[in-house]
Amino acid sequence: MTFFLVSSIIKVFIVFNLIMVGVALLTLLERRVCAWMQDRLGPNRVGPQGILQPAADGLKNFLKEETAPAMADKTLFVLAPMVSFVPALLTFGVIPFASPLPTKWGVVPMVVADLPVGFLYILAISSLGVYGIVLAGWSSNNKYALLGGLRASAQMISYEIAMGMSTVAVLLLAGNVTLSQVIAQQQLAHAWFVVPLTLAFIIFFISALAETNRLPFDLPEAEGELIAGYHTEYSSMKFSMFYIAEYSNMVTASALMATLFFGGWDIPFTTWDSTGEPTVLKTLLTLAAFSAKTFVFLFTYIWVRWTLPRFRYDQLMALGWKVLLPLALIYITILATAIWFIRVRLGWDYGAGMAWALGGINLVLLIVVAWWLDRGRIVSGSVPQEAA
Amino acid sequence: MAIGVKVMKRPTKQTSYLRATLKGMALTFSHILRPKVTMQYPEEKSSKDWTLSSRWRGTHRMLTDEQGRAKCVACGLCPQICPANCIKLVPGEDEEGHRYPLIYEIDEFRCIFCGYCQEVCPEEAIHVGVHYENSEYSRDRFVYDLERLTAQTHPVSTLWDPSDPKGE
Repeated sequence: MTFFLVSSIIKVFIVFNLIMVGVALLTLLERRVCAWMQDRLGPNRVGPQGILQPAADGLKNFLKEETAPAMADKTLFVLAPMVSFVPALLTFGVIPFASPLPTKWGVVPMVVADLPVGFLYILAISSLGVYGIVLAGWSSNNKYALLGGLRASAQMISYEIAMGMSTVAVLLLAGNVTLSQVIAQQQLAHAWFVVPLTLAFIIFFISALAETNRLPFDLPEAEGELIAGYHTEYSSMKFSMFYIAEYSNMVTASALMATLFFGGWDIPFTTWDSTGEPTVLKTLLTLAAFSAKTFVFLFTYIWVRWTLPRFRYDQLMALGWKVLLPLALIYITILATAIWFIRVRLGWDYGAGMAWALGGINLVLLIVVAWWLDRGRIVSGSVPQEAA
Repeated sequence: MAIGVKVMKRPTKQTSYLRATLKGMALTFSHILRPKVTMQYPEEKSSKDWTLSSRWRGTHRMLTDEQGRAKCVACGLCPQICPANCIKLVPGEDEEGHRYPLIYEIDEFRCIFCGYCQEVCPEEAIHVGVHYENSEYSRDRFVYDLERLTAQTHPVSTLWDPSDPKGE
């Protein structure tokens, strides 16, 4: 019991700090990648390659004046940043980030809490984050902030469904919602779930962009139309907390994609990392593998953000309800049938064979979906029409 | 399309812009690897693509003669033509009858850098300069007196010549 408590407290401390440092570096990465994409250099003055820029930004935010609108609901106004900040950090607690670490006192699983209901916990907590946004919009007593909050809630409801539906496919295959078991399944079969569940991954990725309020789905902030949306009225550290919440949501969503579809901390094409006695080297290497996978998704987030323009509100709703939700439902139906057929009629267990068979089905479905989405065939928005 | 109006091809029904999205992603990624245009200012002040024009009109400079005295003869044309009224000139005369400025001050805050003073000067004494780093710690440092104007060393502006309009 003491061992469990002490190791848990140390893990919580380390994970919290890693996320905070990661988020800080992520803000820098965002600015630098954005600059590179625009043929600029980005902030490179504070420290080598600008590595201390987040520290300077954080310090500035601490020293700034706290403002509160005169007619704001003071209690909720103070509460809102916390309500969005805490769930963003809580969600990471169930994601396994490395293989177990052997210590003098026993083996420590490298996850803060390996909940049996791991994935459901993430769905539950991550949708709590929207309360912070809605409360911020409401308590600011500002039209733009309220509109931002409303949009956030509508968007969250729409995309939560598609997201949940796409993960049902994972659960069908894994037969378990414990994230460590999901990873173990992928390791045993030597096939990451992205192969048999490509389409689910794509739906999950799009919904995750919407869930974390990132472009092209950043309607709650929409600086062009709503100034800054729900955090228009916030300054100094309260504003910073919304920012940290947004970025740690990104980290969690990326880590979740890596866990559910890309084998978590599994090192590809090897078996020694998941079999045999746990060693410190294994822990470090698997941690590196997990970080690399998460980083790829974080980079994709940034890449998408600086490429695509923002959706219009009706386009957002149409994509969520008219495309993603029916797609996810049809997909589950087809996939469930295929899994039933393979398991019951052919009598296979989940393994490489089943994964690649399902992968074939996914490829066909992917081609069909891409063909269907490509009806309009617009390559770029500014093609001059041939003179009639 | 006689006058060359560019009519954009717009989708007539719902499209996903799937191809456009992928194309855009490829484009932004390729830009990461391209050479950057940023000039790192305090270290780099000009590059082969960008230098200050020789006709740039910045803070003033008073040229001096061989004895190190200001060329100004206190004729009063520059305060007369100055549209911002930023030049203060009190003329003086020595025993030999040479006129010189007792006080010559330019308030760089009032100045609009039109360059008329340089254009009107018969002695080619006052010039606007090819210079832009003017920060000071206090406002009163922006009234440049004669001593300061003659001490400046930056290059002076070449004015527009009607016979050579492109500066060739």
